[in-house]
Amino acid sequence: MTDTAIRKPARNSAKDGSKAEGVTTRALGSVETYREDFERLPAGPDWLQSLRKQGLACFESLGFPTTKNEDWHFTSVAPIAERSFILSTVSDSNGDKERRGASRRKSDVTNPAGITAALLEGFKFGERDWHTLVFVNGAFADDLSSFAGMKHGVRVSSLAQAIQSGTELVERNLGKIATFDQHAFTALNTAFITDGAFVELQANAVVDKPIHLLFVSDGDRVSHPRNLIVAGRHSQAVFVESYVSLRDGEYFTNAVTEMVLAHGAHIDHYKIQRESEKAFHVGTVQAREARDSRLHSFSFATGGSLARTNIYTSLDGDAATCTLNGLYLTDGTQHIDNQTSIEHIAPNCPSHEVYKGVLDGRSHGVFNGKVYVHPEAQKTDGKQSNNNLLLSPGARVDTKPQLEIFADDVKCTHGATVGRLDEVAMFYLNSRGIGRDTARTLLTYAFAADVLETIELEPLKKELERLVLARFSA
Amino acid sequence: MLVINDLHAGIGDREILRGITLRVNAGEVHAVMGPNGSGKSTLAQVLAGNPSYEVTGGSVTYNGQDLLELDPEVRAQNGIFLAFQYPVEIPGVSNAYFLRSAYNEIRKANGQEEVDPLEFLDLVEDRLKLVDMDQSMLSRSVNQGFSGGEKKRNEIFQMAVLQPRLAILDETDSGLDIDALRIVAQGVNKLRSPDNATIVVTHYQRLLNYIVPDFVHVLANGRIVKSGGKELALELEEKGYDWIQDPTPAAAGAVA
Repeated sequence: MTDTAIRKPARNSAKDGSKAEGVTTRALGSVETYREDFERLPAGPDWLQSLRKQGLACFESLGFPTTKNEDWHFTSVAPIAERSFILSTVSDSNGDKERRGASRRKSDVTNPAGITAALLEGFKFGERDWHTLVFVNGAFADDLSSFAGMKHGVRVSSLAQAIQSGTELVERNLGKIATFDQHAFTALNTAFITDGAFVELQANAVVDKPIHLLFVSDGDRVSHPRNLIVAGRHSQAVFVESYVSLRDGEYFTNAVTEMVLAHGAHIDHYKIQRESEKAFHVGTVQAREARDSRLHSFSFATGGSLARTNIYTSLDGDAATCTLNGLYLTDGTQHIDNQTSIEHIAPNCPSHEVYKGVLDGRSHGVFNGKVYVHPEAQKTDGKQSNNNLLLSPGARVDTKPQLEIFADDVKCTHGATVGRLDEVAMFYLNSRGIGRDTARTLLTYAFAADVLETIELEPLKKELERLVLARFSA
Repeated sequence: MLVINDLHAGIGDREILRGITLRVNAGEVHAVMGPNGSGKSTLAQVLAGNPSYEVTGGSVTYNGQDLLELDPEVRAQNGIFLAFQYPVEIPGVSNAYFLRSAYNEIRKANGQEEVDPLEFLDLVEDRLKLVDMDQSMLSRSVNQGFSGGEKKRNEIFQMAVLQPRLAILDETDSGLDIDALRIVAQGVNKLRSPDNATIVVTHYQRLLNYIVPDFVHVLANGRIVKSGGKELALELEEKGYDWIQDPTPAAAGAVA
């Protein structure tokens, strides 16, 4: 395995000048890096080229968001903006420092980064028979993936392959759900659409086992995974989207997942963010839900030095429902931001949301949950809550539940709490012989337990419970 | 076993215990009675090591050790148990997990091997019967959604499992109907032995019909103002607490 090289020289010097503007954190050098890499991108079909160009144009005009942008008020992305990440796939195909040239193709024993299946075992929740698509630094790794035996009406492939084979569904949906005119990172991702997962569920198709999209990063570059899930009428599937790392790399993942839920489709989506401690992660999951469809989303975030997860859904059709739950665990100097948005467009839609955060050290957590109830969305039933547990005096959380209601016959509640360990409960445990450290772990686990309880995928729930217990034990 | 000498304690600037002196030997049951605000519960909490209370004077020796030096978990590991007046709810932690953790922590501290969940289940089965509780309570969260009576029975159940040498029952009888009271008392009585001691803190004499004390102490204004045998409890029941005056000049001065 060779260490990837960062093309430092010219770029780092450029960033100082741009910072002086003060208004934006738009580091010129960084934006230039993206443009250069964009120009090296292997060309795709015309429709894709035009979509990418729109993405780049939007990104260039928006620039990286500053804390003056309401959506990024508590999160400065300067650490991302000021770095010049180079694109993994571009430099790979150029050979760059690795000099492996033309011989490196799919036929190689291992993928470009030399990752073997054994190294990934720990990220599979002990489940060998799930359908698994592995991506290394954003690129599909055929040799590490296994998803044979898909039922009739289920199509699974890498996005690159779907694009190559001219799948009409891809052209029709890509970039249509994850809007990017106001979202710089989604725009940036769109500019670099190359690979990711593509899943089509035809009407009434039910996938028997979870489909695990496992994104492994290694090195110090940027990847822009793009996933597209098109769920037909009354189809049903469970997705796990994991972001993991094998080493402590300072890379950047900028992922976007788009989901279309047709009438009555049921999708469970679990996003598991366990990036390296030094990594940067921005991940957006954006869905549109037709009538009677159901989205159950769970977002677990614990990795990265700076991480942001956006879970957005739009309840477009009558009686569509969504449950957006999440848990974030931070310590050290981590900054983990979670934003959700639920657009109640149609009437009679219930939406439920519970996010919990446990923050230790000098870490900083952010929750921003938006619920918009549009004028037509009568009989909306929205519940949202965000609860935070601060384990140390230096930890901090900013929480901002946002409810905007333009209909008059709705039932919406929201609330947020920030608390510390309950000293009364602590003494109760101590008085039974349980020492402070164990008691702290137990109470932290207890705090997270009810939101973990909403995970219907048992092996995943077990693993996350284990992670919670391990993370905060002394 | 327990020697309390001129113990002063309080919360913040407020002194609640103003010189408690009490001696408890193995095999004895002591009842501590007194009106509201007399300091009964404070005494119980201080003995268990509640950090909200500050000890400002005096000493407590437990089996020759300076008790006040020990963290609450160490006190528990050394055999002290407090049955809480208001047992704490801990949503998300099952009774089984909680109690097994406690049991194993205490065993570990005493150089004994930990038990696994199955062994533990065997062990607690007949203790549950002692307090007339169903096994299903083990999988419920600690005290969550328990009625007042269930919470108190859970305290006695925990005591039965942890087998303390010095049990302190803090108003375990308050809010209990007569049946629950009988169950609780029965549980306590079963656990009495020549090696153990019990301090029963109570407002009412009622419980003492079932748990018969060797000694009764009356607390008022943070001091023990009267001590006697079990007949003192009956006298209190009859006359109330009013006839007991704080005999010390300090209290008289405070009134003036």
